[in-house]
Amino acid sequence: MKAWDAIIIGGGHNGLVNACYLQRAGLEVLVVEKNDWVGGAATSRELTPGFLYSNCSYVCSLFRPEIMRDLELPRFGLQVISYEGGAVFTRDGDYLANYRDHDAHRREFARFSKRDAEAYDRYARDVTRQCRFIQPLLMRTAPDPTSLRPRDLGELLYLGKKFAGLSAEEMALTLRFWTMSISEFLDEYFETEVIKANFALSGIIGTALGPMSPGTAYVLLHHYMGEVDGSVGAWGYARGGMGAVTKALAASFKASGGTIRTGAEVDHVLVRRGKAKGVVLAGGEEIYGKLVVSNADVKRTFLKLVEEKELPDIFLRRVKNFKIRGSSGKVNIALDSLPEFPALPKDSPVYRGDMHFTDSMERMERAYDDWKAGRWSADPFLDMVIPTTLDPTMAPPGKHFMSCFVQYAPPKIGGREWTDADRDGFAESVIAQIAEYSPGFRDRIVHMEVRTPREIEAEVGLTEGNIFQGELTFDQLLFNRPVPGYAQYRSPVGGLYMCGSSTHPGGGVMGAPGRNAAAEILRDLAKSTSHMSPAHDVI
Amino acid sequence: MNQQSATNPSGRIAAQNHFRTLRLGTPFQPRIDALARTRDWYNWAGYRAPHSLWDEELEYFAIRSQAALFDISPMTKYRIEGPDAEALLNRVTLHDVTKLKPGRVHYTAWCDDEGFVLDDGTLFRLSPTRFRLCSQERHLPWLLDSAVGFDVIVEEETEAVAGLALQGPTSFAVLRDAGFAGVERLKIFDLADFPHDGGTISISRTGFTGDLGYELFVPAGKALSLWDRLMTSGELRGIRAIGYTALNRARLEAGLIVANADFTTAEHAIRADRLRMPDEIGLGFMIDLEKGHFNGRRAILEARAKRKLRHVLVGLEIEGNIPAEHAIVYHKKAQEVGLVSAAMWSPMAKRNIAIASLARPYGDTMVEDLWVEIYAMRELQYQKLMKRAKVVARPFIKLDRRTANPPADF
Repeated sequence: MKAWDAIIIGGGHNGLVNACYLQRAGLEVLVVEKNDWVGGAATSRELTPGFLYSNCSYVCSLFRPEIMRDLELPRFGLQVISYEGGAVFTRDGDYLANYRDHDAHRREFARFSKRDAEAYDRYARDVTRQCRFIQPLLMRTAPDPTSLRPRDLGELLYLGKKFAGLSAEEMALTLRFWTMSISEFLDEYFETEVIKANFALSGIIGTALGPMSPGTAYVLLHHYMGEVDGSVGAWGYARGGMGAVTKALAASFKASGGTIRTGAEVDHVLVRRGKAKGVVLAGGEEIYGKLVVSNADVKRTFLKLVEEKELPDIFLRRVKNFKIRGSSGKVNIALDSLPEFPALPKDSPVYRGDMHFTDSMERMERAYDDWKAGRWSADPFLDMVIPTTLDPTMAPPGKHFMSCFVQYAPPKIGGREWTDADRDGFAESVIAQIAEYSPGFRDRIVHMEVRTPREIEAEVGLTEGNIFQGELTFDQLLFNRPVPGYAQYRSPVGGLYMCGSSTHPGGGVMGAPGRNAAAEILRDLAKSTSHMSPAHDVI
Repeated sequence: MNQQSATNPSGRIAAQNHFRTLRLGTPFQPRIDALARTRDWYNWAGYRAPHSLWDEELEYFAIRSQAALFDISPMTKYRIEGPDAEALLNRVTLHDVTKLKPGRVHYTAWCDDEGFVLDDGTLFRLSPTRFRLCSQERHLPWLLDSAVGFDVIVEEETEAVAGLALQGPTSFAVLRDAGFAGVERLKIFDLADFPHDGGTISISRTGFTGDLGYELFVPAGKALSLWDRLMTSGELRGIRAIGYTALNRARLEAGLIVANADFTTAEHAIRADRLRMPDEIGLGFMIDLEKGHFNGRRAILEARAKRKLRHVLVGLEIEGNIPAEHAIVYHKKAQEVGLVSAAMWSPMAKRNIAIASLARPYGDTMVEDLWVEIYAMRELQYQKLMKRAKVVARPFIKLDRRTANPPADF
């Protein structure tokens, strides 16, 4: 019977990145995907005629340009378009915008506080410094601090040298940054609520923590270390929705000879004598492979796809305790015209950026309070974009696709499963908030896709609907991601690897976990990695 | 301490429209636009400022031969006022502010707690309790944070106050003929108020050219009438409006440095090795260790004692006449020791001059055998030149008319 060189479980962006690199190294690679389409959480689906949704992830910045280039993604249709920064609407009928132009940005902040307007440069400098420290780590395998292998020692030394290269002040700032709350971090620079709320949102997105929880400053950094074509920190829309990323990856994979089977849900990994031998599909079909790579999150992989008896106790316990809590939902809306926001001038570039309604740290924290109580936020935090203002491919002319990322949404409602009625209530909290700032909004709605953690887990397979496959807190980063001792994409089961966002350097449509896992696999196979670009220099 | 509170919602909302004009005009813009034949603009702190107006070389000669009018309105300005204004500024800046008498101006700089330069600028003492601090970058949070515990108001007044530099040999005559009675009494770095158009303007004998010259600060509403007054009286004295390129040449001849051109200011330096102490950019002379504590004092003392100063900013005279802009400086033509930040052929000195930052001891105790490698692009080919550079004192030119009393009437 045929045995593939590698079987990738899950056709999300990391699974496909991993598959592409392995196939290009000369392996015969099969991707098995349970849905009838590939993409995982980076998909664009037409759920109502004429409208493409970015169903889960919706903006692009983190996806590594080295990967786009190695895998020739532009040739397969990937285009990322930078957009103007957005705004936070305030409850007094105003808004705070983020303009790309440095001086416009300052003047905008000065409308609220001249002091905060002039504090921005120092803030930007400090955040940039931290990004520059972390960026080079994204495309390297984290060292195992307990190992004495030369490679691990070398990597530890690299980390140590980088850290030692910092001044005493920077070192202190780095340690604080990795552990403190975004609220406290922003207090060191700004005094105005709406300005703090404007920056704090990057610290909570995708995280089951509030802006006042320790660890959220790092989450902000995670959202700043991307780029659009060298413009570090910038965000863009993938033309054709985020599915364009995985569509290009799938096309690149197939062009290099790879095989994708959709509608093929893996029931479990075939393990013989402690070694992965392939996968068994839900229908019972066995597919054999010399190695198996899981794009699924670490919980799904080891608690659902591998039998417990195959795993060491401590590993199993740590996987069970890995924090991968559901905290967000998504509402995708087809609109028959561009919504109007009376607070916003009609010619404002904000329409083309990300819009928010949470104008104080307290509102943001209160939204989190609801999550802790097992409710969706009555006054949710929204990250709302209308990509069709820049991307003509997602809706007919004059019509629009609006993406609303919604936080907080708990994995369970008061301890029980979400119901359809809950889902509708959750959607209403979102629509009501938008309608408050945009009269007539409801009348423009043509169709809506509402995704609570229940829908995201059921369709995409993300445990609890956690978008990062595990929270980005310091205890779950670098050599501790996903669990100590297994941060180098390998697992206790021989021949079974991990390549999803549960691994270093974590979530977001970055592709680095998939790429780094491929490098480790090829190293184990003693194959060349010359087709993999090293990380771009940070100079 | 008095903070500027957030504006009320209606004022805030009225200010939304700024996004439609990314480059503001200054209060003088109508006059400048009318003279801007080259339409050669650049972005100066969010303002549309001219690189040149009609001919950058001839504009330079207007500074050195007649009188040149340059709009300095985009310069950041802070009003620092109150019983503790002197004490605050003495704490923040390097110079001894208690020695700065009302009606005087000095060139100064200020540092963060680690002794790294945040900016340089000019401090105007308008009265015993009122100062104006002018700088390239913005420092409101730094000033407000420093002002905690001081009885003082710190207010940003960049937009409210327009400024003009009137520089060149006939500048005094222009002001006198414009009717600013008593302006002849201003010695270098003096400052006084003068009536204008029903209000008051301040005129100081200061500038950025190393020439005879004055700077005028005027409420934005009276800016155009001041411009017209100067242009009318200057007509027979060859007054010309100029852009930045000409001014930049004059300042280089005067040996003056520009923040974020010749050094990187501390709040903008992302790379830690780009930070500079005053002694590393030629501003050590400002440091007054006798005056008591000021921001950065401990760090500066320690760096001096432990010889931790790693850089030095020097004037260079380079053989030949090809400007060495951004050239690498070598020792013995081989070891890289620094970078030229500004360079030109000086028409006044008839020498090829430059400002460079070197890694000590080069430029400090080792000044022999220094070279610059000039890449001169000529018709799509680099002509690579290795030219000898000599460390020389700044300013590169010294004009008696700058300080002559009474100022000469040309």
